[in-house]
Amino acid sequence: MRWEKDPILHVEHLKMRFGGLVAVNDLSFKVGRGDITALIGPNGAGKTTVFNCITGFYKPSEGMLTLRHKAGDRAGSDDGSFLLERLPGHRISQDARVARTFQNIRLFSGMTVLENLLVAQHNTLMQASGFTIAGLFGLPSFRAAEREAVDKARHWLEKINLIERADDPAGDLPYGDQRRLEIARAMCTDPVLLCLDEPAAGLNPRESQELNNLLLSVRNDHNTAVLLIEHDMSVVMQISDHVIVLDYGTKIADGTPEEIRNDQRVIAAYLGVDDDEVEEVEAEVRA
Amino acid sequence: MTSIPTFPARPAGTNQPAPPPLLLHALRESALAALVMLGLSIPILLFRTDQSAGQQLMLTPRIGLVATMCAIIFAVRFVVCLYVARRQSQRAARQAAGVSAPQSKLAHYVVSVGVPLFLGIAVTYPLISSMLAGGLNGARYWIDLGILILTYVMLGWGLNIVVGLAGLLDLGYVAFYAVGAYTYALLSTTYGLSFWICLPLAGVLAAFWGILLGFPVLRLRGDYLAIVTLAFGEIIRLVLINWVELTNGGAGISSIPRATFFGVPFERGENGFAAMFGLQFSAMHRIVFLYYLILVLALITNAVTMRLRRLPVGRAWEALREDEIACRSLGINTRNTKLTAFSIGAGFGGLAGAFFAVRQGFVSPESFNFLESAIILSVVVLGGMGSQFGVAIAAVVMVGGPEMLRHLAFTKAIFGPEFDPNEYRLLIFGLAMVVMMVWRPRGLISHRNPSIALKERKAISGSLVKEGHG
Repeated sequence: MRWEKDPILHVEHLKMRFGGLVAVNDLSFKVGRGDITALIGPNGAGKTTVFNCITGFYKPSEGMLTLRHKAGDRAGSDDGSFLLERLPGHRISQDARVARTFQNIRLFSGMTVLENLLVAQHNTLMQASGFTIAGLFGLPSFRAAEREAVDKARHWLEKINLIERADDPAGDLPYGDQRRLEIARAMCTDPVLLCLDEPAAGLNPRESQELNNLLLSVRNDHNTAVLLIEHDMSVVMQISDHVIVLDYGTKIADGTPEEIRNDQRVIAAYLGVDDDEVEEVEAEVRA
Repeated sequence: MTSIPTFPARPAGTNQPAPPPLLLHALRESALAALVMLGLSIPILLFRTDQSAGQQLMLTPRIGLVATMCAIIFAVRFVVCLYVARRQSQRAARQAAGVSAPQSKLAHYVVSVGVPLFLGIAVTYPLISSMLAGGLNGARYWIDLGILILTYVMLGWGLNIVVGLAGLLDLGYVAFYAVGAYTYALLSTTYGLSFWICLPLAGVLAAFWGILLGFPVLRLRGDYLAIVTLAFGEIIRLVLINWVELTNGGAGISSIPRATFFGVPFERGENGFAAMFGLQFSAMHRIVFLYYLILVLALITNAVTMRLRRLPVGRAWEALREDEIACRSLGINTRNTKLTAFSIGAGFGGLAGAFFAVRQGFVSPESFNFLESAIILSVVVLGGMGSQFGVAIAAVVMVGGPEMLRHLAFTKAIFGPEFDPNEYRLLIFGLAMVVMMVWRPRGLISHRNPSIALKERKAISGSLVKEGHG
């Protein structure tokens, strides 16, 4: 199993409490480098909470989240590892290089498609603009950096077939295009781990096929690991290398798509079980 | 306002009269409005209390006045109803014909013609006004008014960075104006520093105060931020009143040195400005110089803002206004980004403050009350948040408009010699605000210009642009 040998993200004993409610309880899993990992589970299982812990929007009540860059990759701490639960929100994207998208799309709707992709390259451009001083005088080094940023944006726009709409406001795009743009925007931050919260929600079959191809290309061409929450099983089963199933904040299964497909507990969690099988399944769950 | 039923679109091109239900509906609406007016006017307008000869209060009924008011309301409502219905049917017809509204084209036209025109007028204004008033000395009032307007243009542009671009509602902007004014007032009277040294210092100090105040409050959002900034504005004013040893309290600081022409004073005599350039001495030279000084300061504010908008920091401000959570997920340090907006806006407020002090020669805490903040903010909101040109127009309307009321002599002919339109300033002001918010809720110029384009720069409709929530 690739994720056991070389995990990019190691979640250990993650617990998230909201007052009396325990949304995630003692959850441990690994996300493999170069894998597409799917996090699935019924509604309210705590998937988005896990995401929010990984991307720094929540501080976990307990547990450790370790992200490891490849040795010799961009310098992080000494061994290239980051403890995500200790980093302030924006550093998770800036230093640890974890990018995310949102369940309800969060584009900058009043800005153009191109501007959205440039905002994503804020930290690189900010440095190139000498924290605004050099940019204010339009020094050539900044102009070059900006051209580079636009080229990168152009590359992604061509990839998601939105190059024709680069100068249109993001809020004017159809829903499926907005989903892809949000992924492209996240990719413009050069992430090592891309977290997608229900990327296929609301897409028609053709669009979700396009999404599959995009995600495969993200994994293969950009060496970015993908962690996604998804309800659409056609996406999950077709493209993911590794599936983790959550129910009531705990992990009930973890394995390849084939293993998950045949897992009794997963079937029980999703579909429920016949009355006469309840005891049998419960015994199995407890085991 | 009650909702107005929509009528099926008439086929485009035909000119048949409006269907009867429309008239009936308009009549009903107008009658209702007149009835409301009647109800309102009974306690307010119907009786006037007069003193009779025996020192007793007498009630004089004014039925005629009430009837007139009701009739006016009836007529206005009727016209509005018909107008709205016509517009709706036109829009429906346009939609049926598949033509989009020509809004953004028109806005583009207004901006492309308006900006050079506006700039041209601003640059030649002293010349024009002195020609119209017949001599430089006669134009004093008009040039003073121009200076006042330009001060608000500059303040509006400064606040526009905070409110319009970064979407942070700042109700205490006048605090930074005050910091700038007192910086110049204190440094020049205590240490005898010249205006040209104090001007950048005032900007830097105000920006520094922006950071100091912004640091604790910028974690708040929306209404909470507005209230805390309001409180900070008041704190600064109260400190200025109560720290008598430093600021001379409510009495203010007077005899602040006047502006010099880069060291050459505007005075009669050998070393004066007039003698140096071989001109006849005139007190107006200083006023005209002040006019161009504030014009240059305002244009610098504008140029820097326009430049910053195209830099990563400006784009981050606008992104912050659109969606703060998304910004955080993209690795933007939201706190620092907000602080830069807050402090740069404050810095321009400080520059305007130093100008205010050098123009007046006198500063006191009274000049920096909440009403000032409210006026600057309404200039920004009325102009269209984020739109530089809109803010300039709004400043002219909001500051110049009330002044014009002094010159409406013909109203005396209508309402009698005792009528003073200036007394109705705030009423008209409020009415204008209501009309504006109904007619153009996103301000005069609501569309947004993209900061960068791949092929073609297209204006973005104001309905897509968010106002920000903190």
